[in-house]
Amino acid sequence: MKNVQKQKRANKSLPFFFRDEFRVSLAIILVSVALLITTFTFDIVPPILNRGIQPATFPKALLVLIIVMTLLIYYLATKNPWKVEKKLPRSFFLTLSSFIIFVVVSKTLDFFLAISALSIFVSYCWGEKRLFYLLLVGIIFPIIVFIFFETILGLRFPPGIITNIYYS
Amino acid sequence: MLAPLFSSKLLLVLFFGTLFGLILGVLPGLGPTTGGALILPFTMTLDPLSAIVLLTSIYCAGTYGGAITAVLINTPGTPAAAATCLDGYPLAQKGEAGRALGMATVSSTVGGIFSVVILVFFAPILAQLAYEFGQPEYFALAIFGLTMLASIGEGSPIKNLIAGAFGILISTVGKDFMTSIDRFTFGINELTEGIGFIPVVVGLFAMSEMLTQSTLINQVFNRIALKAIKLPSKDDYKKTWKTILRSSGIGSFIGVLPAEGGTVASLIGYSEAKRFSKNPEEFGKGSIEGIAGAEAANNAATGGAMVPTLALGIPGSATTAVILTGLIIHGVRPGPDLFREQPDFLYGIFGAMLIANILFFIFGFFGAKIFARITLVPNKILWPMIFAVSVCGTYSLNQSIIDVWIMLFFGVLGFFMRRYGFSVVPVIIGLILGELVEGTLRQSLVIFDGNWLMFFTRPIALTFFILSLIALAFPLIRSRKIKKNND
Repeated sequence: MKNVQKQKRANKSLPFFFRDEFRVSLAIILVSVALLITTFTFDIVPPILNRGIQPATFPKALLVLIIVMTLLIYYLATKNPWKVEKKLPRSFFLTLSSFIIFVVVSKTLDFFLAISALSIFVSYCWGEKRLFYLLLVGIIFPIIVFIFFETILGLRFPPGIITNIYYS
Repeated sequence: MLAPLFSSKLLLVLFFGTLFGLILGVLPGLGPTTGGALILPFTMTLDPLSAIVLLTSIYCAGTYGGAITAVLINTPGTPAAAATCLDGYPLAQKGEAGRALGMATVSSTVGGIFSVVILVFFAPILAQLAYEFGQPEYFALAIFGLTMLASIGEGSPIKNLIAGAFGILISTVGKDFMTSIDRFTFGINELTEGIGFIPVVVGLFAMSEMLTQSTLINQVFNRIALKAIKLPSKDDYKKTWKTILRSSGIGSFIGVLPAEGGTVASLIGYSEAKRFSKNPEEFGKGSIEGIAGAEAANNAATGGAMVPTLALGIPGSATTAVILTGLIIHGVRPGPDLFREQPDFLYGIFGAMLIANILFFIFGFFGAKIFARITLVPNKILWPMIFAVSVCGTYSLNQSIIDVWIMLFFGVLGFFMRRYGFSVVPVIIGLILGELVEGTLRQSLVIFDGNWLMFFTRPIALTFFILSLIALAFPLIRSRKIKKNND
């Protein structure tokens, strides 16, 4: 409890634009406003076909509600600041970047290769240096999962350099 | 009641589901919600009853499994076991881990069985009442379910409501179901069908947890050795039987409330156990009543949460939202008609839950030591494997790579939501209720010729609106009360 109070005091000493509550609220509001603008591009149903309300009305109302509630949490946070979160470690950013690498590899090269690469990369970044375990998580296990999904669920995986060899 | 279950296939499914649920419950960061979402694609190979039996047995056993980790490593295997840590771990530190787990196992089983009885009696009554519901009543009920999000867990009520509204917003992506007009599709063809439930659930729960675990790789758990699990002594039973019964009642009641679940139930069960205890000063230091209060309540919430799920199609918790999705993808429409048209199916589920509660007692009693060892699997091996299953499971539903990317997007979003105090559970509830809220609102407005005030002329709808206001006011009253007590 004392620790939380300390973290809250630490947050209050920061300029407002560095505080989490400001940055989070701003992010929510910016995204909501962008989506709200998008709702004005939705097609309008002619009155003769329109039943109840226009398709854009409900999302508009939701987005306005989200913006109002976000302003409210920001206002409340000015009185009772959020605690300062610890800095994220390197392992988090490596894991996050592995997600991006996964998307790129799965789109350009191969779905299986993407899973395999991510598994080995994450396991290694999290401290696994033993080759057998890296092979287990990166190759043996994904092969088992692939075969299982293919035979039990009759799944066909997207084409790619390795998947094509398997299917041929 | 158990007749539909007397087939070797269903018993095997039940056995496997309970075992799998226990493993999921024991592993911190997983749990019945994530596990249910991961296994959902596999259920497509099963008939509807087997599929739902599998999911419900995972739900019951997973909720109990969290207690093993809570007692032995002071980390709740599931959020519902958070209150169990408060007394389970201190008691284990005193060298009484077996006694703590014995009490957790017995109280979980009693709570679970109690809630199945509640389910058997109340679900048909609620379903009967639901015959009186029209579109405006369902709209008001869905609003009540959403406002209940304000009081889930310890998080900020407004943050929960924002997350719930965001969940509803996700449900509006795709073709509008009444006019076929595209909304938020941004020209991406795959989005015209909307955003699927599974990519969102797996992303928000499993992938965000993977990112959370990436920040904890240097964390060391102090594991307490477990020699053997011990059944509670006569003295322990004497001390706790009232607490177990009270918490079973509380848990079942909380479970029935839309959107609430085991986490809230266990916290209330625990605090009520402390309030009624003759030795409240022992709480937090290894009180056996504390363990009983929390565990009976969180397992009692399982049956309770199935009541609105089956009778009304409104999820009682995050895991029942997954079960509801399971019902829908297997072509079973929850609601009053289900009770009239498919009683065998329903009683199969009730019976499965009853057996699952007995099975996890047996597995827990004889296998807790083995299950405790599962926590020794290092995260650096476990999570890449979970990633592989998550990706393939998400892909398998629509054979769409976009679904996998959506899952990863929600994983990152879920991580930051949790980091800044936004619970991810309301997003799931909002997503599942979204179509119901919008659909019933628009159909009601057609019935009312656009007159919004007509909602208040319907007694049942009005009652739900009043309950919604109470649900919104409750967190305010609670925080004022806490402030007053602190002063």
